[in-house]
Amino acid sequence: MMTTKRIIPCLDTTFDESGKAVVVKGIEFESLRYAGDPVELARRYVEQKADELVFLDISASTDDRATMTDVIRRVADVVTIPFCVGGGIASFSDFERVLGAGADKVGINTAAVKNPELIKEVAGTFGSEKIVVAIDCKRRFEEGDGKTAVELEDGRSAWYDVVIYGGKELTGIDAIEWAQKMQDLGAGEILLTSKDRDGTKDGYDIPVTKAIAEAVDIPVIASGGVGTMDHIYDAFVNGADACLAASIFHYETYTVSEIKEYLRGRGMG
Amino acid sequence: MIAVIDYGMGNLRSIHNALAKVGGNPVIISDSNALLDADADAVVIPGVGAFGDAMRNLAPFADGLFDLVNSGTPLLGICIGMQVLFERSEESDAAGFGLIRGDVVRLPDGVKIPQMGWNELTLRSDTDLLAGIDDGDFFYFVHSYYCVPEDERVIAATTDYGVDMAAVVEMDNIHAVQFHPEKSSRKGLRILKNFVEKS
Repeated sequence: MMTTKRIIPCLDTTFDESGKAVVVKGIEFESLRYAGDPVELARRYVEQKADELVFLDISASTDDRATMTDVIRRVADVVTIPFCVGGGIASFSDFERVLGAGADKVGINTAAVKNPELIKEVAGTFGSEKIVVAIDCKRRFEEGDGKTAVELEDGRSAWYDVVIYGGKELTGIDAIEWAQKMQDLGAGEILLTSKDRDGTKDGYDIPVTKAIAEAVDIPVIASGGVGTMDHIYDAFVNGADACLAASIFHYETYTVSEIKEYLRGRGMG
Repeated sequence: MIAVIDYGMGNLRSIHNALAKVGGNPVIISDSNALLDADADAVVIPGVGAFGDAMRNLAPFADGLFDLVNSGTPLLGICIGMQVLFERSEESDAAGFGLIRGDVVRLPDGVKIPQMGWNELTLRSDTDLLAGIDDGDFFYFVHSYYCVPEDERVIAATTDYGVDMAAVVEMDNIHAVQFHPEKSSRKGLRILKNFVEKS
């Protein structure tokens, strides 16, 4: 028996106009909708038997960082399952800050691209099991010299470009090679988000999830695009070790327990 | 009062919170003299860091720990806190406390290392620590090495990850779990509650 496939609700958290911490979810890349209080949602998902929780600080300003650290601490205090914190992690001291606030793992994204050696440093200090490298990627159809071609659902071929700053900037880095490099530097897990799918509810990006799961030996968390329970099943049979979701939980389309029941019904877990 | 030994390897907030949640009175002890003076009803060695560093930082606590264990005080070792109770580990040249006879060895080839995630227990004996825990209950594991006790009878529960390994070991007042009960939701809290009730 191997470890179980994990279901991970994600709390994208920022501050509203009054300065109160709120979980939000962008619908189709645009408007942010308020989905609730992070502490209350965390409590709900622990109760529903989530396997793990991810908290993303999406507040834009670094001025808010200290206040957000307090929010992380309050969420950590009610969470009795593994708890990963990401968003705005740029330096060694950010790792210390959020681990000190009670995070079990730290997610790092843009800063890993800007300074890959940081992964080595934090993995050496805190242990690989605490380091989650988030990779955001986008399909590219132009010829890419030496890029890994991936066959898509419709038979076309694309390569996946690592994108940073929330998807605003292309890097030209091959996502599959990048995942391998992150593993070599000491990443403990890959949190993979396809920006082609994020917010669409069309399902996870299976071709890239499968390609990266085959290319690395560390767990891969599929993220971006989930709309139905079938999408979760699909990601698991194609190599994902965990599935991350936000709006389907916040807006109560499904509970974590319902999804687990469904997966059991299809002979999984 | 439950002494939670802080050997400077990481954050002890979640184990502290979890023990408090189930009715314990945890106190983080960072100074080995404080452990000698603490008059603890129970001791927890939490699971943070690697074997060699953990043993180096735990060395000053050895006298206090042995006193408490010899006087019958309940001890709970979690993850690396379980492994340091054994004699030696493949991870390091440092000697363990040797409170339980046996070795700590690396997980076998062919499985992803570390084991990181939820895995199920198979119960071997019906102990107080495992009251309310059933065969097949899931717990959260993060580890690259596992304990092999010399005397198989101390194994109270096992888990299967490429090898059938000791997940819970109990010997008189010494209790040890390879998983993280403080991160294992309701069933993990139940184990901590069972432990708190021994103190």
